[in-house]
Amino acid sequence: MRIVAEHLTHIYNEGSPFEARALDDVTLTIEEGEFFGILGHTGSGKSTFVQHLNGLIRLPSSLKRAKKRKPKEGLPAPVLRVGDFDLADKKTDFRALRKKVGIVFQYPEQQLFAETVKDDVAFGLKSFADRKHPPEEGEIETAVREALGAVGLRYEEVASQSPFDLSGGQKRRVAIAGVLVTKPEVLILDEPAAGLDPLGKNEIADLLHRLHGDWCKTVIIVSHDMDEIAENCTMSAVFAEGKVKYVLPPRELFKHAEELSAIGLDIPLVAKLCRALSARGVEIGCDFTADGFVKAVLAMRGRA
Amino acid sequence: MKDVSFGQYYPIDSPVHRLDPRLKLLFLIVYIAAIFVADSFWGLLACAGVLLFSVLLSRVPFGKVLRAVKGVIFLVIFTAVINVLFYAGETVYWSWGIFSVSKEGMVFSAFLILRIVLLVICSSLLTYTTTPVSLTDGVESLLSPLKVIRFPVHELALIMSIALRMIPVLSEETARIQNAQKARGADFESGNLIKRIGAFIPILVPLILSALRRADELGDAMEARCYMGGKKRTKYKKLRFGWGDLAGALLGAALLTGVILLRIYVGGVI
Repeated sequence: MRIVAEHLTHIYNEGSPFEARALDDVTLTIEEGEFFGILGHTGSGKSTFVQHLNGLIRLPSSLKRAKKRKPKEGLPAPVLRVGDFDLADKKTDFRALRKKVGIVFQYPEQQLFAETVKDDVAFGLKSFADRKHPPEEGEIETAVREALGAVGLRYEEVASQSPFDLSGGQKRRVAIAGVLVTKPEVLILDEPAAGLDPLGKNEIADLLHRLHGDWCKTVIIVSHDMDEIAENCTMSAVFAEGKVKYVLPPRELFKHAEELSAIGLDIPLVAKLCRALSARGVEIGCDFTADGFVKAVLAMRGRA
Repeated sequence: MKDVSFGQYYPIDSPVHRLDPRLKLLFLIVYIAAIFVADSFWGLLACAGVLLFSVLLSRVPFGKVLRAVKGVIFLVIFTAVINVLFYAGETVYWSWGIFSVSKEGMVFSAFLILRIVLLVICSSLLTYTTTPVSLTDGVESLLSPLKVIRFPVHELALIMSIALRMIPVLSEETARIQNAQKARGADFESGNLIKRIGAFIPILVPLILSALRRADELGDAMEARCYMGGKKRTKYKKLRFGWGDLAGALLGAALLTGVILLRIYVGGVI
């Protein structure tokens, strides 16, 4: 599903002293099949943007009681399309959309609620199901088994346990499985590695790569961890103060170190190393991933 | 996420915002007394007038103020209907079994509605114009005489301020969890009452868990800073009683005296 957003603007509490402009005329296209990284500081609008993508935040024109406000001068009407869904249209079936676009929020393990892991993972499956034809027990079990397998957990070991008895990393996997169970085409993760140790971060990154390969066509991660973006993403966008500043592949993006630091963003560790080496007269051409760096250094030593 | 719920502090500057919280609390008490003492049309009109003046002075938009009334509209209508039906009046227009509609009953209900509305507006004006922190300081200061009988005033104020502080935190948290479950297909809008209540379990369980976790963390954090409560704690912001407060006190006193005099010398409708 291709995601096209044009001229998105979102203001919280418009017209009150709490007014906050979260998105300011955002235009961004995310192609199908991409591993897309959305970078930005706290309050840059990145979370607000992704909540638009499955209709948790609606465009004013899609609400039943569309406010009859005059369109702002000089601003064309916002456009938001996810695959065939037109999110500016009030006739859109938002539940069907949410089934296709899964969002894993920050610290998803805090949303677990059911008595067993199986029930929690099955929640999405049951609630998206057709009311008249609820899924059969066998179907549920197969789907839960698959989703748990996709996040690297064994059904036999965890399915009947209470989710609250699991370790932190396992809880997060269960929560991700709870979103995967409906087989979304687009998977959005808000800070998927937040609060994990380096090993946990690597595991989540591996998991996301596996998912991107054979589970969800498009994976979007929201992060302010530059290493996470540099290591994983095929394309990235930088948000700052509600606007999109850059849309570049990470290897291009991190050449803009000065501009990034001006908006309060860091560059990946590898990019820092390359800059430090470059200042001493050693040029290493690499793609800013750890593997790429090691290969480049080895190649250089081999030559020397 | 950042959508503000009713009753929260409305951060602008106005003469009402600058008043001493103790004065505002006392004024609220005096005001409530006044609307229940007032038993005539003129008495309640005076009360309404004073409130209108305060709202104008506070520069909180009318829409905001009325939104507070919206929250209790069901209660108001319910009480009014019950009162109309059960009030034993003399001029009866209609009756059926134990129900009867009388002129007195209708007047009494009208007064009741007006009183509840004024009460709600006045108390929400207090929370709109006073930060939770200064409200708690005010309560603590007003209750401080009770310290003599070893009443834990400071602890009570602390509980109150933490509770007030947690309201926006928890409402934000609720919105966050609600969004997360909505993203998993949860539906809070359709189905019968039992279904809808059931639909809240996926929100309630994580919410309670997170509230308990927060309480634990806050307790640990306070203990780590050797929080001891009570004696010898100084305040960052001292409460001061100024000229504006004097004017407010006089207004409150005048209103209460006025409605008492009206009640004694003019007499009421009910």
